Amino acid sequence: MSNAKPMNAHPGMNLGYGEGAHDAEVKVFGFWVFLMSDLVTFGLVFAIFGTMVEATAGGPGPREVTNLHSVAIQTALLLGSSFAFSWASLSMKYHEGRWRTLFYLSFAATSALGFLIIEFLDFRHWIEIGAVPQRSGYLSALWALVGLHGLHVAAGLLWVGAMTAQILIFGLTDDIKSRVTRLGLYWHFLDIVWVGIFSMVFLAGIA
Amino acid sequence: MKPNIKTMVRSVTGEESEERSFYSLGLVLSILLTVASFATVISGLVPRDWMIPGLIVLAIVQIVVHLRIFLHIDLSRQKREDLLMLLFTVLLLGIMAFGTLWIMSNLAVRM
Repeated sequence: MSNAKPMNAHPGMNLGYGEGAHDAEVKVFGFWVFLMSDLVTFGLVFAIFGTMVEATAGGPGPREVTNLHSVAIQTALLLGSSFAFSWASLSMKYHEGRWRTLFYLSFAATSALGFLIIEFLDFRHWIEIGAVPQRSGYLSALWALVGLHGLHVAAGLLWVGAMTAQILIFGLTDDIKSRVTRLGLYWHFLDIVWVGIFSMVFLAGIA
Repeated sequence: MKPNIKTMVRSVTGEESEERSFYSLGLVLSILLTVASFATVISGLVPRDWMIPGLIVLAIVQIVVHLRIFLHIDLSRQKREDLLMLLFTVLLLGIMAFGTLWIMSNLAVRM
């Protein structure tokens, strides 16, 4: 956290990479470039949603699709997942051993899986009440935005699975630590996108 | 070589506990801001006209908290490239997203 340490140059954490430090820096910066392009994608889907808010064409609107209990649980699960990932990163940084790191990672993954299950139940409910994407412009935009985020979380879960296997096989080497750091950036980024979704899509929809 | 057991015992340094409490602060702030967002809509204490602006402000504050605490973005020189990239992306999004909303709402009014 102090500026005096030249090794702590990326926005992840100083994980004490040896000679590969510069390489890890470049990869993390490259990953930020990806995240920011992903942010543009999400931002534009948000903008499309904004233009479609009124376009319900007589079909189900924000009040019909918003289940505040479910949104609150999903928010808690995703925030919990993000926080558990922080703890995994810290256990990696402070050399608590691979099992500790895997424990926090599995917590983060379980929480995110719970998020996806609750989201899936919401999707099923939307289909039951006829709130399908082809019903109206509003619903197309809603499914595109919430679905895009859900797909990102699902992809993140696959990535956690891959990293778990790599940690089990190779241990916490510098390469693996660098990969887990990038996964952490992705994980926290998805929680930021969810803040936008629960505020602007669900809460603002019923305000 | 026999490993020196003494040096392998982990001690919680000042930096570590500081970092852990910083993350915990992030969690507490996020929970408070999320509860405030939900309360804005369901408590009935906030006038209708203020709900959406309130939600926007709370969301932006929470995003800044996440960026600062969980994603380690700050104003230090080392992280300036990341911060500049983030700000440039926000500028691009401001032009594209705000422009889209502006033009499309204008079109909707005229139709």
